[in-house]
Amino acid sequence: MSAPEALLPDALLPDALLPDALLKVAALTHLYGRRVGCRDVGFALWPGEVMGVVGESGSGKTTLLHCLSGMLAPSAGTVHYRTRTEGWQDIHRLPEARRRLLMRTDWGIVHQNPRDGLRLGVSAGANIGERLLAGGVRHYGRVRAEAEAWLGEVEIDRARLDDLPSRFSGGMLQRLQIARNLVTRPRLIFMDEPTGGLDVSVQARLLDLLRGLVRDLGLAAVIVTHDLAVVRLLAHRLMVMKEGAVVESGLTDQVLDDPRHPYTQLLVASVLQG
Amino acid sequence: MTAAAPQPGLAGYNFAYLDEQTKRMIRRAILKAVAIPGYQVPFASREMPLSYGWGTGGVQLTAALIGPDDVLKVIDQGADDTTNAVSIRKFFATTTGVATTTRTAAATLIQTRHRIPETPLADGQIMVFQVPIPEPLRWLERREVESRRMHALEDYGVMYVKLYEDIVRHGKIATAYDYPVMVNQRYVMAPSPIPKFDNPKLDRSPALMLFGAGREKRIYALPPYTAVKSLDFEDHPFEVQSWSQACALCGATDSYLDEIITDDRGGRMFVCSDTDHCRQRTTAEGNSR
Amino acid sequence: MYVAVKGGERAIENAHRLLAEQRRGDPAVPELTLAQIENQLGLAVDRVMAEGSLYDRELAALAVRQAQGDLVEAVFLLRAFRTTLPRLAASRPVDTAAMRLRRRISAVFKDLPGGQVLGPTYDYTHRLLDFSLAQPTRADTPGPRRGAETAEPGTAAGHSPKVAELLAREGLIEPEVADDDAPVGDLTRDPLCFPAGRDLRLQALARGDEGFLLGLAYSTQRGYGKTHPFAGEIRMGAVAVEIVPEELGFAITVGEITLTECEMINQFKGSATEPAQFTRGYGLCFGQGERKAMAMALVDRALKGAALGEDSGGAPAADQEFVLMHADNVEAQGFVQHLKLPHHVDFQAELGLVRSLRAAASAGTEAEAEP
Repeated sequence: MSAPEALLPDALLPDALLPDALLKVAALTHLYGRRVGCRDVGFALWPGEVMGVVGESGSGKTTLLHCLSGMLAPSAGTVHYRTRTEGWQDIHRLPEARRRLLMRTDWGIVHQNPRDGLRLGVSAGANIGERLLAGGVRHYGRVRAEAEAWLGEVEIDRARLDDLPSRFSGGMLQRLQIARNLVTRPRLIFMDEPTGGLDVSVQARLLDLLRGLVRDLGLAAVIVTHDLAVVRLLAHRLMVMKEGAVVESGLTDQVLDDPRHPYTQLLVASVLQG
Repeated sequence: MTAAAPQPGLAGYNFAYLDEQTKRMIRRAILKAVAIPGYQVPFASREMPLSYGWGTGGVQLTAALIGPDDVLKVIDQGADDTTNAVSIRKFFATTTGVATTTRTAAATLIQTRHRIPETPLADGQIMVFQVPIPEPLRWLERREVESRRMHALEDYGVMYVKLYEDIVRHGKIATAYDYPVMVNQRYVMAPSPIPKFDNPKLDRSPALMLFGAGREKRIYALPPYTAVKSLDFEDHPFEVQSWSQACALCGATDSYLDEIITDDRGGRMFVCSDTDHCRQRTTAEGNSR
Repeated sequence: MYVAVKGGERAIENAHRLLAEQRRGDPAVPELTLAQIENQLGLAVDRVMAEGSLYDRELAALAVRQAQGDLVEAVFLLRAFRTTLPRLAASRPVDTAAMRLRRRISAVFKDLPGGQVLGPTYDYTHRLLDFSLAQPTRADTPGPRRGAETAEPGTAAGHSPKVAELLAREGLIEPEVADDDAPVGDLTRDPLCFPAGRDLRLQALARGDEGFLLGLAYSTQRGYGKTHPFAGEIRMGAVAVEIVPEELGFAITVGEITLTECEMINQFKGSATEPAQFTRGYGLCFGQGERKAMAMALVDRALKGAALGEDSGGAPAADQEFVLMHADNVEAQGFVQHLKLPHHVDFQAELGLVRSLRAAASAGTEAEAEP
């Protein structure tokens, strides 16, 4: 079986067919009063797989990301995650303590604005080390060594270990935020417009780095972006959202090269023109 | 109803100033605090006839606990004769008529600000600490809603980030008093502004330790023999202050010392902050001679 | 040598004696009577009652005299007395619409049922020091009042409808439905927990320091929070206080108190869930305290912002914890002034730390300087 989504919407697959999946989303809906945030979204994600979510602003992709990553309780639907030790868990039914633990160990969340995901008042090393410290590592030297190694992984000069991130450039901040998330070796990363607000050349370098990390670490990821170039480079599969609903999904190349839905066609065409 | 029989104390006021309803409310909070060591129990702190910040939390605890047979000791900065200690001791002497003492060993109830006596405490004694800021996370997260959630979820990463950052900046953990502790492997707790020198005395103490913050309306407790660990790293272990001198009065080398400036040319001497401890030692020396 | 801060009992007694001497001042000058303070420093008495949250003019006057006119100290004295008082009963909600008005103004309508009553106000005085008041021997009886508008206190009795209710009839202002049976929290009997309901917020504000609330209210007008207020109505006068004794089962009047009430009317453009309408801010205090009531109403409205889905942009006046935890002057004065207490044990600890850090730093510098 090559691509399950070609046969059935993932959410309709019986659990038995998804033993190896990591994340399983069914009928996920979030309403803001009467306004629709996202509606009836379902898909599954396998280890090492990158799912791109594209659409214009207001299409509901950020709401979806917040519901997936446990930051926002959905109005309806479920998000199941296959935990390392306790099998499948509905993350919105987990007690908050367990959900937070999951979020700071097995998951990563990369915010569009790195300032939302970093502590600007403490050193780069402390930023990377925080998850280890929260997880109970009580050896300063080990935390520091680990932080230094990750600084290298994200191509930041190791001499900056004790510097405050408030002096870092936008691209460095984003890479620092990624290192802060990866230090616990998560299996799943959520990214919201990871290249937003960066210069084109800086974007290219970051995308390159991300592609390498995802491949080398076998990360699964959900990446929300309005930038088709980002998903073309990083995502294996793609969901196109409009007015809160998924209008088209499939393998990235398939969707981008042969868009079926008029809205997707419009998106692709506008990129080509631009 | 309180007994109509005449009671020792101040005319027009109940024994130990507080009415019995209020005492019961405070005792309930104390029981809850003892049941969950290190957890800050909100309580309906009353306005007291002394200023908030001057020991109203400790005074309410003492008032709720004290009985006619108690022997009370009050210290501030380790000393029985500092103005605030005198003032609070007099408050209870007037409103209860109970016996007071300066001797640590003779007291059943010790109200303190900023110190734990050097004389080891015994089973059956109660220490009452005056607490200005009960929330150890306050300087890292000023929002009560969020800091209470962090305690509930045992989410203390940011506390260790602060310690890590101290070592980055200063080469050591740069907290000298009100040094945070982990209680019973569950709650991070502020021990009140005692010097970290006194932290080890909290660990598995045979005495009941009660902490009262009047203005912030919180009570918390360490039941006897509770495990209390000062936060640290394996490779940067917690350590207490030490002095190169001995006490100029009693010669003690193992007590917390106050620095006294003796002139304006850099002259200084060091003496015990615990006046009772110092006096016991000098008296014992005099007797032995 | 070793007694610097250890003044002990005698020093305290001496301090109390000096204080008593200073309070009395020059014995050649006659002592103030409580009646004089109640009557001639009435607004000071009112503020002490409001922030002391105890309505007793005589005790408040005593507190003002005992505190030598230091009003925050007087508030503290009154509070410490209040906390010892038994609770005999809870009154029924007072009906400010039935207030015997001494003053009632609205800035949003030129005229309205019940009329505008200017009453005793400094508003239109020219703030020129009146040197004639420096002559206490002069028989200073004010001139006769003129015009119908300056009615005898109490003659405007009856029902003067609230301006906000007039708007509510048209559905133009957020409804505020009284629920007299709903339990009301008591700030002085239960610890304040967050988020705090409006009952507790209003209690905290009513007891809050006038200066603090005034500054916060002012900040909302200068852009730290957007509340766009209009003074819908300010009224001051006497209301009856009623209780329902269990054994009687009906309400009896136990007395009359003077209150100042302010209802602000604020712009609201509507949100995803609420249509556009005016919103309210409410202020109420014991005695004559118009500045306090207005400031309270502005801050009350700012604190409602979150529930209305407004983005305050981090304005201090809209931040519940910030406002409620810092509004009480008895708490604030205590903690600020506790810095006068000896802290030499902590300071010694800090001194040791700073010395060791400096020693470590200079050792590091020397090591670097070595070739």
